[in-house]
Amino acid sequence: MELLEGEKEVIKTQVSEILGQHSHHCENLVPMLQEVQNKLGYVPELAMEKIADALEVPAISVYSIVTFYNQLRLNPPGDHQIKVCLGTACHMIGGQIILNSFERRLEIEEGETTLDRKFSLERVACVGCCAIAPVVVVDDYVDGKVTPTRVDGILLSFENNSNGVKKEQEQKQGEGKNNE
Amino acid sequence: MSDKKLQVEKKYLDIKTKAEEIIPLKEDKTVVMVGTATCGKAAGAIDVREAFKEEIKKRELNAEVVEVGCIGHCYAEPLIVISKPGFPSLCYGNVDEGLSKMLVENYLEGDDPCYEFALVALEPNEEFPTFTDFPRGAYEGKIILEQCGLIDPEDINQYISVDGYHALVNALGMEPGEVIETIKESKLRGRGGAGFPTGKKWEFCANAKDPVKYVICNADEGDPGAFMDRSILESNPHQVIEGLIICGYAVGASDGFIYVRSEYPQAVRRINAALEQAREIGLLGENILDTGFNFDIEVFLGSGAFVCGEETALINSMEGKTGMPRHRPPYPAEVGFRGNPTIINNVKTLSYVPHILLKGVDWFKGIGTPDSPGTAVFALVGKVENTGLVEVPMGTTLRSLVYDVGGGIRNEKEFKAVQIGGPSGGCLPESALDLPIDFDSLQEAGAIMGSGGLVVLDENDCMVEIARFFLDFTQKESCGKCTFCRLGTKHMLDILKEITIGQGEKKHLAILGELALDIQNGSLCGLGKTAPNPVLTTLRYFMDEYEEHIQGRRCPALMCPELINFYIVPKKCSKLCSACVGSCPVEAIYTREDGLKAIDLEKCVKCNSCPAACPPEYDAIIKVSPPERVEELEKENA
Repeated sequence: MELLEGEKEVIKTQVSEILGQHSHHCENLVPMLQEVQNKLGYVPELAMEKIADALEVPAISVYSIVTFYNQLRLNPPGDHQIKVCLGTACHMIGGQIILNSFERRLEIEEGETTLDRKFSLERVACVGCCAIAPVVVVDDYVDGKVTPTRVDGILLSFENNSNGVKKEQEQKQGEGKNNE
Repeated sequence: MSDKKLQVEKKYLDIKTKAEEIIPLKEDKTVVMVGTATCGKAAGAIDVREAFKEEIKKRELNAEVVEVGCIGHCYAEPLIVISKPGFPSLCYGNVDEGLSKMLVENYLEGDDPCYEFALVALEPNEEFPTFTDFPRGAYEGKIILEQCGLIDPEDINQYISVDGYHALVNALGMEPGEVIETIKESKLRGRGGAGFPTGKKWEFCANAKDPVKYVICNADEGDPGAFMDRSILESNPHQVIEGLIICGYAVGASDGFIYVRSEYPQAVRRINAALEQAREIGLLGENILDTGFNFDIEVFLGSGAFVCGEETALINSMEGKTGMPRHRPPYPAEVGFRGNPTIINNVKTLSYVPHILLKGVDWFKGIGTPDSPGTAVFALVGKVENTGLVEVPMGTTLRSLVYDVGGGIRNEKEFKAVQIGGPSGGCLPESALDLPIDFDSLQEAGAIMGSGGLVVLDENDCMVEIARFFLDFTQKESCGKCTFCRLGTKHMLDILKEITIGQGEKKHLAILGELALDIQNGSLCGLGKTAPNPVLTTLRYFMDEYEEHIQGRRCPALMCPELINFYIVPKKCSKLCSACVGSCPVEAIYTREDGLKAIDLEKCVKCNSCPAACPPEYDAIIKVSPPERVEELEKENA
């Protein structure tokens, strides 16, 4: 993905800051990459090169680590990250249907980011909330017992206001009461 | 030695007395405990907590709201416990903001405990039943989950007040060899899946010549459908930390690590807070309790690779390499992290250690079976009434786990299978339900104990699909080192995919069996060796379903999307209702000329929304398989 204006500078300063906080030992490679991702949302090529230089290892070794571990990503995430859980419990109760609904609505595939970088969609193996399957994690908010119509609701709430998640919760409770 | 023992005891008593002074005494203060583990949060526990705080403040009551972990009854989240002086501690389930406000008004301010909303009482009383009055409570026997959800995981004093860190004191008063001997005698087996005797492992490591040793707690719980470790770390982190310190003391290590998934942010936060508190009062760090024993613990964040649950892969990953397994032997207990002897124990294994040292070997051996003493912890999920985290003595049958503890199958459906052990385990049918749960008998049946995920499947679950699902998981997670695992699982997966879309052939079944054997024999680590298990067990117990898919091109459980269609039965549909029309995300449902509804199969994405939306009094939308069945039905109903 092409870097936007100014992004290069941000990456450089962040990476040198992180490199300054750790001893340049191989054992710190994964923690450093995790920090890069925490700061930037992903691990850009430039960051991998910088870290490889500092650790005096070939850049390909860093690349192999980044591609091996599921958590580390090569593309910038959207403003809102949607993670659909596809653990056993979620799968058996229709997690795939939920993932398909998001794909259909956002017009992207799993693992991609929308063109306006507003949403990114990914699957996760298990978030450990199997009792309320199927589960979707939107940003850091966990939403349980999701249905395809609820998918529309989640996305709508982002369109209607910037403070989507909170509004979301309120709506959900409203729905819960109506059902009873 | 006895001097040292007395000295440690005294030091501990000081700490305990202090802890008891600090924590609010139950006798004179009302405490509201809100379960805010990840599962509780997902169900809305934060809003409940805020509602309680707000209402208590508004009414100026003398009550405290504390956050606790998970009590294990996930089906009723969000859960709270209220203990008010003069009343038994009561647990309330499915709490929302409205109920919170009502409880503050009627119970905290007034004296009406609102029994109609209460789930269970925690201690025996004359008013309300306790856990042991329900089948689930009667069959459960909690050891490592006992305090989960009842103590504040972010307050070390609460753990100390229930005798926490007392086992550490006992251990420090013994020679390291005696500690190992105790664990060996207890016959504690590793809860990570394989069931290797923990004491033996410790002994190997203690006997290794290298002076620098490491102990690691494996909390890389990547198994989809399992959340025991997360829940324990979020609900009672000190129990694990205490176990790890004792392990370090026994084998002679001064550095410990907790390797935890980064997908568990709440667990990571609570462990870090717990470590900090333990350091503050001298239970961790230099010269623990003035005994001259130095030990500290660091947290290492895993980056989401299932194979890193395997101990040698975990070590590689901590050393900054890709998490690929190594050859064993040498075992990590001899050559492990940084080339030094290393103990790697699962969260649950370490959690048992303090209990064994505190209550004794005989007590521990009195629970469970002779060869697998203790309890088994399961994340009970799927189609049972009471999902959640359960702890039963080893030797309990699967039947009582599903029907007594789990409360039976949801919606009066028929039981089909239990999937036990996650991607490495297998599916066991009705006929295997009377098997006692222990390491050895499950292995004989083709499944494994695994780390403890247990998914109950009913008549609507397709066994071919579940085999495909698990293989899809292991295939993606295979690290790629061994050819058979890398390519063999891919080939098996391709075949299963073809079967689930109705393109299976008879010869496929034989190829699946052959590949499964090759992968088992040709793989280095547990991931590859057990990857074919879900396929093998479903072939063994549910061959008829495979044959239906291949020969009849139909899915008997009506689950595989390519093999089913949705159909609205005109006789049942009502002109007055259009619930399904609104529920369809792709506008595939239309109103016919006669006012009834019908589905445009070209547009339908088989999302299952319309049967859920159709009111139960009509129940007009059905699934049919094979898909061509719709045409026949249309003719019949024309």
